[in-house]
Amino acid sequence: MLNRVFAGALALALPFAAVQAPAQAQEKVLKAVMHADVRVIDPVWTTQTIANIHGALVYDTLFGNDADQKPHPQMVGKYEVSPDKLTYTFTLRDGLKFHDGSPVTTKDVIASLKRWGAKDGVGQRLMGFVTKMEPVDDKTFTMVLREPYGMVLESLGKSSSSIAAIMREKDALTDPQQQVKESVGSGPYVFAKDQWVPGSKAVYLKNKDYQPRTEAPSSFAGAKIPGVDRIELVWISDPQTAMSALINGEIDFYEAPPNDFLPLLEKARGVKLLKTGKIDSTQGFIRLNHLQPPFDNVKARQAMYYLINQEDFLRAIVGNPKYYKVCPALLTCGGPYENAGGREWMKEYNPKKALQLLKEAGYKGEPITVLSASDHATITPATQVLIQAMREAGINVDAQSMDWGSVVTRRAKKDPPAQGGWNIFVTTSGGVGSANPILHTWIGAACDKGLFGWPCDAKIEELRNAFGMAQTEEERKKIATELQARAMEQVVYIPFGQWDTPLAYRADKIDGIVPNTGLAVLWGITKK
Amino acid sequence: MTAYIVRRLFATLPVMAVVALFVFFLLRFAPGDPAAIIAGEDATSEAIEAVRAKLGLDRPMVEQFFVWVTQLVRGDMGVSIFSNLPVTRLISQRLEPTVALTLSTLFVAVAMAIPIGVLAAWKVRKWVDRVVMGFAVLGFAMPVFVLAYVLIYFFAVQWQMLPVQGYQPIAQGFWPFVESLILPSLALGITYMALIARTTRASMLEVLSQDYIRTANSKGLATDRVLLLHALKNAAVPIVTVIGIGIALLISGVVITETVFNIPGLGRLTVDAVLKRDYPVVQGLILVFAGAKVLVNLIIDISYAFLDPRIRY
Repeated sequence: MLNRVFAGALALALPFAAVQAPAQAQEKVLKAVMHADVRVIDPVWTTQTIANIHGALVYDTLFGNDADQKPHPQMVGKYEVSPDKLTYTFTLRDGLKFHDGSPVTTKDVIASLKRWGAKDGVGQRLMGFVTKMEPVDDKTFTMVLREPYGMVLESLGKSSSSIAAIMREKDALTDPQQQVKESVGSGPYVFAKDQWVPGSKAVYLKNKDYQPRTEAPSSFAGAKIPGVDRIELVWISDPQTAMSALINGEIDFYEAPPNDFLPLLEKARGVKLLKTGKIDSTQGFIRLNHLQPPFDNVKARQAMYYLINQEDFLRAIVGNPKYYKVCPALLTCGGPYENAGGREWMKEYNPKKALQLLKEAGYKGEPITVLSASDHATITPATQVLIQAMREAGINVDAQSMDWGSVVTRRAKKDPPAQGGWNIFVTTSGGVGSANPILHTWIGAACDKGLFGWPCDAKIEELRNAFGMAQTEEERKKIATELQARAMEQVVYIPFGQWDTPLAYRADKIDGIVPNTGLAVLWGITKK
Repeated sequence: MTAYIVRRLFATLPVMAVVALFVFFLLRFAPGDPAAIIAGEDATSEAIEAVRAKLGLDRPMVEQFFVWVTQLVRGDMGVSIFSNLPVTRLISQRLEPTVALTLSTLFVAVAMAIPIGVLAAWKVRKWVDRVVMGFAVLGFAMPVFVLAYVLIYFFAVQWQMLPVQGYQPIAQGFWPFVESLILPSLALGITYMALIARTTRASMLEVLSQDYIRTANSKGLATDRVLLLHALKNAAVPIVTVIGIGIALLISGVVITETVFNIPGLGRLTVDAVLKRDYPVVQGLILVFAGAKVLVNLIIDISYAFLDPRIRY
């Protein structure tokens, strides 16, 4: 009887299965689990990394920075810089087309750069130097500066935060404070909006009309050759499930497996771990509120250095020393502008001295409000280590536990802690952005216009500007050292180390992974 | 009966209005700001303010409420703050996985629970009863995610019989659809099985002590006929109530199972929307859940009349 039931069920099921098989066999599909799900399709509207990974697949950029953060032409075929370094003339390469079939023109480019320049921090800085952008014809345009700025091409090719995505003019005319309604670019993959299930899956189809460059790929520079017919960014929110799915071969690529799972993945058959680009690490840091006592006093801020033993933080977050690095610096260790400036501040771990210095700065045991995220893989343990160190030193800690969404809301409040404000929060920054003083917005000290914590120091801002205007690498390195020394002295933030999150992938199923620098590079991956 | 149904349907309107009012203001008073989340890590306070203004979140709360209610009356639940997609589309995308998981879980739970509940009542205080009830208590006490990981480990990772995760719509093939539901339905179904089995046993014990059952037995009726035709039908009202509560809970409350098995259902949509403070999506979902619960309760009440002829509306 049971056999007959099974046979009947099988007979019913077989036709459905048979219909599916041929379609799946023809298409090469890359299934990737990224660090977050695609919810926003406008890489300019938000600085969310995942929106920029989406943007990098769909949109192209004028320049692309390579693994060493050197800019190379991407959409641009040729460019010239006038001898006075005030006029840049860019000519687009042939054959650039949007996914709707329309050609990419300088009107689209100028509108896109204006929108990006109005929204993105690096774009705003660049546009501060730009007096005008004018089309010469459909393929050539000029960008005129009021004074020489040494970061024009690096800004256009950046891969951290919001990329300078080139959109259709009609999309680029959208208010920068509003999200574009359609995601139509000229990049190597076409966004299949009709198949998008926010919180579950985003689908990208190969752009058959895409004409890649001929140079070898290096991070965001060089050839972007779409390697598969279809990319599915599948969102698996449970890391344990994502790991099992990778081991089982249901997904091909896992962008950011938690550090706890690395030993298991190292042993899994068919799975390989790959360290990402040269400086694509994460930097963890503690931000103090410069507007509220006691940290409105520089001496109190400097006292906090004595509570930081980076090894304690890194062991709690990462565990395996293979994946972390002690780095008492603000500019990424291993990056082009790594330097010794201000490192002496973090030489000694001495909680007693920290309390003594705090008292000398006027601290009388008032509660210090720490925003303690309860749901973040790295920020949560780091905050716990900090709170423990503060309590051991005898500091009165008011640890306010909340989800990360509440932390990002509350940290924007400038009120005193008792009225909903804060004194300390912990966060992280990408190593690529942190490697360059212009891209690294957290190192800035632009007072009210700066990031949460609102450090205020004219000298730091002067040095950042000088870095942007420097014309030689030697000059830049010298300024970067001065800048870091000054920023450490003013305690714009306190770094607690640097770590890598290797990506995991099925080496028996996919090939051609380009180590990324800033954003995951998926376009070159091929299926075996 | 028709008048009763119409009356009950009209009674849902004030319930839904209270739910709408409550959920709207509760969300606004809860900490968190979608503008700060959208603006991203490197956004300044000014940038966050600009996003908030564009989203209309800086307007007075009462004004925002009336805008939303006006949209609702027109049948428009609004658009997601993040994806810009209509809330109705987001909910309808997630409906099929949730309904499929709910039905398959109920199938697993009811198919196991009623026979073992009846068996336990029949063999009350014997070893069969103790084993069955021990199993039921264990099933109810074990967290779903523990069972889920154990099932994944053996059936998917070790023996590679079933997929670890994901949902396949029925339109993409019947077998992939069934395959994707086996482990989640088992993990979730065992918990509900325990609840239904205990209720079945208790309800059956009460009925089995009635005079008419004694009469049926003394007339020499076969045990299976006494148990299934005479006792079970009369014990059905509490069982149906528990099954109905289960349906209502499953529609809105299977977030852990959906997360562990990566099923893109309504539960996960709710949690994601709450964490992101995507107000229109949370509001729409709560209304849908409230409506579903009201409807399920109505269906349960109507089913009483069919199961027990003494009940009339």
